[in-house]
Amino acid sequence: MTDYKNFTVDVDADGVALVTWDMPDRSMNVFTEEVMNELDAIIDHVAGSDAIKGAVITSGKETFSGGADLTMLQKMLGLFEKEKANDRKKAVKLLFDNAGRMGWLWRKLETSGKPCVSAINGTCMGGAFELSLACHGRVAADSPAVKMALPEVKVGIFPGAGGTQRVPRLAKPQEALQMLTTGQTLTPQKAKAMGLIHEIAAPKKLVETAKKMILDGLSPVQPWDEKGFKLPGGPVYSAAGANLWPPAIAILRRETYNNYPAAAAILKCVYEGMLVPFETALTIEQRYFTEIMQTTEAKMMIRSLFVSLQELNKGARRPDDVPVRKFKKIGVLGAGFMGAGIAFVTAKAGIPVVLIDRDTASAEKGKAHSAELMDKSIKRGRATAEDKEKLLSLITPSEDYAELEGCDLVIEAVFEDSEIKKAATEKAEAVLKPSAVFASNTSTIPISGLAKNSKRPKNFIGIHFFSPVDKMMLVEIIMGRKTGDKALAMAMDYVRAIKKTPIVVNDTRGFYVNRCVLRYMQEAFSMVIEGVPAPMVENAAKMAGMPVGPLALTDETAVDLAQKIMKQTVRDLGPKAVDPRHMELIDTLVDKHGRLGRKNGKGFYDYPAKPAKKHLWAGLKDLYPQKNPDKIDVEELQERFLATIALEAARIMEEGIVVDPREADVGSILAFGFAPYTGGALSYIDGMGAEAFVAMTKRLQKKYGKQFKAPKLLLDMAGSGETFYQRFAPEKAAEKKAA
Amino acid sequence: MADAYVYDAVRTPRGRGKKDGSLHEVPAVRLGAKVLEAVRDRNGLDTAKVDDIIFGCVDPVGEAGSVIPRSAAFEARYANAAPGIQISRFCASGLDAINLGAAKIAGGSDEIVIAGGVESMSRVGMGMSGGAWFMDPSVGIPSYFMPQGVSADLIATKYGFSRDDVDAYAVESQKRAKHSWDKGYFKKSVIPVEDQNGLTILDHDEHMRPGTDMQALGQLNPSFVMPGEMGGFDAVAVQRYPELESINHVHHAGNSSGIVDGAAAVLLGSRKAGKSMGLEPRAKIRAFTNIGSEPAIMLTGPVDVTEKLLKKARMKLSDIDLFELNEAFASVVLRYMQAFEIDHDRINVNGGAIAMGHPLGATGAMIFGTVLDELERRNLNTALVTLCIGAGMGTATIIERV
Repeated sequence: MTDYKNFTVDVDADGVALVTWDMPDRSMNVFTEEVMNELDAIIDHVAGSDAIKGAVITSGKETFSGGADLTMLQKMLGLFEKEKANDRKKAVKLLFDNAGRMGWLWRKLETSGKPCVSAINGTCMGGAFELSLACHGRVAADSPAVKMALPEVKVGIFPGAGGTQRVPRLAKPQEALQMLTTGQTLTPQKAKAMGLIHEIAAPKKLVETAKKMILDGLSPVQPWDEKGFKLPGGPVYSAAGANLWPPAIAILRRETYNNYPAAAAILKCVYEGMLVPFETALTIEQRYFTEIMQTTEAKMMIRSLFVSLQELNKGARRPDDVPVRKFKKIGVLGAGFMGAGIAFVTAKAGIPVVLIDRDTASAEKGKAHSAELMDKSIKRGRATAEDKEKLLSLITPSEDYAELEGCDLVIEAVFEDSEIKKAATEKAEAVLKPSAVFASNTSTIPISGLAKNSKRPKNFIGIHFFSPVDKMMLVEIIMGRKTGDKALAMAMDYVRAIKKTPIVVNDTRGFYVNRCVLRYMQEAFSMVIEGVPAPMVENAAKMAGMPVGPLALTDETAVDLAQKIMKQTVRDLGPKAVDPRHMELIDTLVDKHGRLGRKNGKGFYDYPAKPAKKHLWAGLKDLYPQKNPDKIDVEELQERFLATIALEAARIMEEGIVVDPREADVGSILAFGFAPYTGGALSYIDGMGAEAFVAMTKRLQKKYGKQFKAPKLLLDMAGSGETFYQRFAPEKAAEKKAA
Repeated sequence: MADAYVYDAVRTPRGRGKKDGSLHEVPAVRLGAKVLEAVRDRNGLDTAKVDDIIFGCVDPVGEAGSVIPRSAAFEARYANAAPGIQISRFCASGLDAINLGAAKIAGGSDEIVIAGGVESMSRVGMGMSGGAWFMDPSVGIPSYFMPQGVSADLIATKYGFSRDDVDAYAVESQKRAKHSWDKGYFKKSVIPVEDQNGLTILDHDEHMRPGTDMQALGQLNPSFVMPGEMGGFDAVAVQRYPELESINHVHHAGNSSGIVDGAAAVLLGSRKAGKSMGLEPRAKIRAFTNIGSEPAIMLTGPVDVTEKLLKKARMKLSDIDLFELNEAFASVVLRYMQAFEIDHDRINVNGGAIAMGHPLGATGAMIFGTVLDELERRNLNTALVTLCIGAGMGTATIIERV
C-alpha cells in the first residue's frame, strides 16, 4: 500500500478501509493541494481494490477538519489577478477549473462504486462537510464538540463543492436555504433531524458504527443518482415551490440588503440546480463559484474576516520579545455596567477577578450581572448550573483595595471623571507590585493624561471595551505616550485570554472607533437637518450595510450623551469643532423635548410598551422642512455614510493613530459593524481604489461640506495608485517580525 | 393608415371564482366560445371574414392552454379561416388584445378582428402558469418582487391613504355597481351564460355585495400582513422606498378586486369592413400605448402610461370625459385620482372590479365595453381605459365615439 503524508489507510479483516486524515505539523486538518491529490489516489485505490468493500473516512485529530485553507484560496486569487492581466479568458478558465477541483473530486468519490461513510468525530466545516455529504453514509459522534457547517457565506464565498446541491437534495428546502445562506452551525441532533446525517454514535463507537453501515450493505449510489429521485420539497414549480421561492428571495433581501453576492448566488445555485440533473447542477454551481470568487466582496471578506481576524487574534501585533503571561488574578475597579461586564468576561475565561466598588453592596451588584448572564445562557442551553457556580466562584466582590494585592493586571472602569480615576489609580498602585499593569477602560479621556496619575506610566495602558462587554468582540488597546512593550504584551495576552480581538491604537481623543462612530452619527444629523425623512436616513445606513441606523445608535448611547460630548468638544477645541446645526438639533431634542434616548423611552425614536415596536418620533418631520423623497438620491446617502467613516479611518492612519490596516478594517467591522461586505473601512477605499474614492469624496465635499475633505494621504494614494495594504503593508511587517 | 373602429362589445356575467361559483361548472374555453357566439350572432358576422381572434389569458395552462381562442372558435363553430392568438400582459391582457387588434387593422394587415379575453380563475387558478419573475432569484432580486397586495399597501402607505380611505372607496364601488345593475346600464353588453338546453347558468355579476358598508369592511383583517412580515416583502418594499419606516397594510378581500370567472369580446374592424358587414361603428380607437413602470410598487403604471398616452395623442386630461381604471385594489384608483386630481365623478362611474370582480385576462375588454356603453348612455364623447399590471406595466387606450 502506498504511503500517504496526510492519511493512513488501514483495511480491516472485514475488508473495510479506515481512512484517517491526520496532517503532520498542523493542529487541524485542512484541504491543501496535497491533501486533495492524496484523497484522489485513495479513492482510486479503494475503487480499484477487490479486497476493499468500502471506506470509512475519519480524522486523527480532535476535530474532523476546518475545511479549505482560505489563505490558499487567497493565493489562488492572487495568481488569477496576475494571469488576468495577460489573458483574461485563460485566467478565468483556470479559476473555473480550480473552483471545480474539489466538487468533481467528491463526485468521483460518490460514483466510485464503493460505499463510503464519513465518521465525523469533531468540528467539520466547509469543504470537509461537503466531503461528508458526498459520502454515502454519515455518522457523527454524540458530542458537543461536533459542529457541522457550511460557513463560507460568512467570508463572502459559498459552498462550491456540491454543498448547494446536496443539502437541498437531502433537507427540506426552507431549512436547506437557511443553513446555506446563513452559514448556520449544526449539532449532530440538528443535522440528523434535517436529514443531513444518518446516525449519531457514542464517540467511542463512531468508527465501529460507520463500518457497520458498510457491512450492513450501504448502497454506493446516492439517492439523487437513483431513478425516480424526488426532491424533499417537491419540484420547484409546484404549489410548495411557489410558497417557498418568492419569500426566500424577499427574506434574503431583508437579511442582506442585497449587499452579499455570495448569498444571492447560493439561492441561484439551489433554484437552478434543482431544475436539472445532478451533474449539470454541479456545473451550474461551479460557474457561480467562479463568478463569486472574482468579486471584490469575496476578496475583502476573506482577507478581513478570516485571514486578518485570525492573525490579530493570534497576536500579530504583540511584541514578541515579551514572554506570554498566564493570569493568576485580575482586578476590576468599578462594578458599574462596564466593570461588571469586564468581570464577567474575565471570569468566563477562568481567571479569578477582584471586583471593587466604593462599597461591597455595589460590588455585589456588579457580580450579580454575571449571575444574570449565566442564567440566560442556562435558559438557552448554552451553560449548566455548574458552569454558573464555577464562574461566580471566580469573582470576589469587595470594597477593599487591599484585595488587589497579587494582581497582574488591574482594569479601571470607574466613572468618567479625571479626579475619581486619579484616586482609583493611586489607591490601586499602593497595593500593586511594581510589575503589575494598570489599564483604564476610559472612552473619553486621553490615556497619556491619565498616565500622569501613575507612578509607573510605562505600565499604564488603555483597554477600551465596548458595550455590552459580553457581546462586543473588539477591544481597543490604547498606547499612552510612555506605555511600554511589556504593558502592551500583557494587555494583548489578556484580550486573547478572554477570546476577544485586540487592536492597538495610539492615544488620541476618541481613539479610533469612537471617532468613526461620531462621524457616522454626525452625517445622519446633517441629513435630518437637510430634510431627508428620518426613516430614509436610517434605511439608507442599513442599505449601506450598517447593522444599526445612526439615529437608533444615538438613542442607544443616549442623546444627552451626544450633547455632553458636543459641549465638551466645544470647551476643549473651540466652537468651530462642532457643527452649530448639529448642536441645535441635539439641544432641541434634549432641552426642548426631553428626548434623551432609549433610556427615557424617547429620543429620535419613540419606545412604546412591548410588544409594540419602536418607531421614529413623528415630531422629527416638523423640525425641518422635508424633502420630496422621490427626489433624493438614496445611493448618495449610502455613500455619505460609508465615506465619512472611511475618511476618518484614513485620517487615523495618516495620523499614525492606527498603524496596521488590518486593525482598522477588522476594528471597524467588529466595533460598529462597518459594512462587512466591504472588508472594513479601509478595504472599502481599497476596493474601489483611492482615485475613485477621492473623486467621490470631492463630489460629496462640494455638495455637503468639509467633512468629506480627503486627507493628503489619500490624495497621494490616488496619485500613486497605492492601496492601504500596499502602503502600510502588514505582511511585510509580519515577515520582518518573523525573520 | 386606417382607423380601427369598435362595432360591438360583449361580456359574460362574472361568476365567483370559487368552487361554489356559478361558472365553476363551465370550462374556460366555453366562456370564450359564449362571447364569440354572441359577437357573431348579434352582428350577423360571417366568421370566415374574421382575420384574427385575439384573447388575453393570464394563466393559459391546463384547460386554458394551447391557444384558447382557437379552441373557443372551434366550440363556437366559427369558420376555420378565423385564426386565434392568445396573449398575456397580465391584468391588461384583454385591453392589449384590443390594442393589438386595432394595430393590425391600422397597419392594414387585418380588416376584422375579435379581441377580448377569458379567465376561469375558479377552474385554472391564479399563478398557475408559474414564471421566473417571482421564482428565479436572478429575476426576483433585481425586480424587487412583491405580491401585488403588498404593492397595493405600499401605494397606500407612500401616498397616504388610510384604511378608511380605501374602505370608503370600496363601499362606493359596491354602491355604483348595484345602482348600474338596477338601472340596467350593463344590459347592452352582458350576455347570460346558458347551458346547452337554453337554461340560464348565470345572468348577473355574482361577486357583488351591495349591502357593504364601512362597518362591515372594518371587520375584515388586512390580508397582506403575513406575507409582508413573515414573507419578508415589507422589507423589500422599504428597501425600495426607504422613506417609509413600515408598511401600512390596509387591503383585504373587501377593498381588492374579486376573484371571478368570465370572458369578454370586442368586435373591431376598419371602416370599410364595417360597411361590408353593414354595421355602424360605435367608437373609434383614438390612441393607445404601453409602459413599463417601477416594478416594486408595481401598480402605478396607469399614472405613467396615461401621461405617456396623453402626450402621444396630444390631448389634455380635460379632453377625457370618463376614465375607467381597473379596480385591482382601492389604492390603485385613489393614487390615480390623486396624481391627476380627477374627481370620482369622472372615474369608474359604474363601479368596478372591487364589486364585480376581475377575471384577469378578460377584464380589459370588459371595462372597455362598460365605459363605451356609459359614453353612449351619457352622450359623452371620449374615454380613457387603463389597467395596472403585474411586474410594473401600464396599458391605456383612448376611445372616441363616432
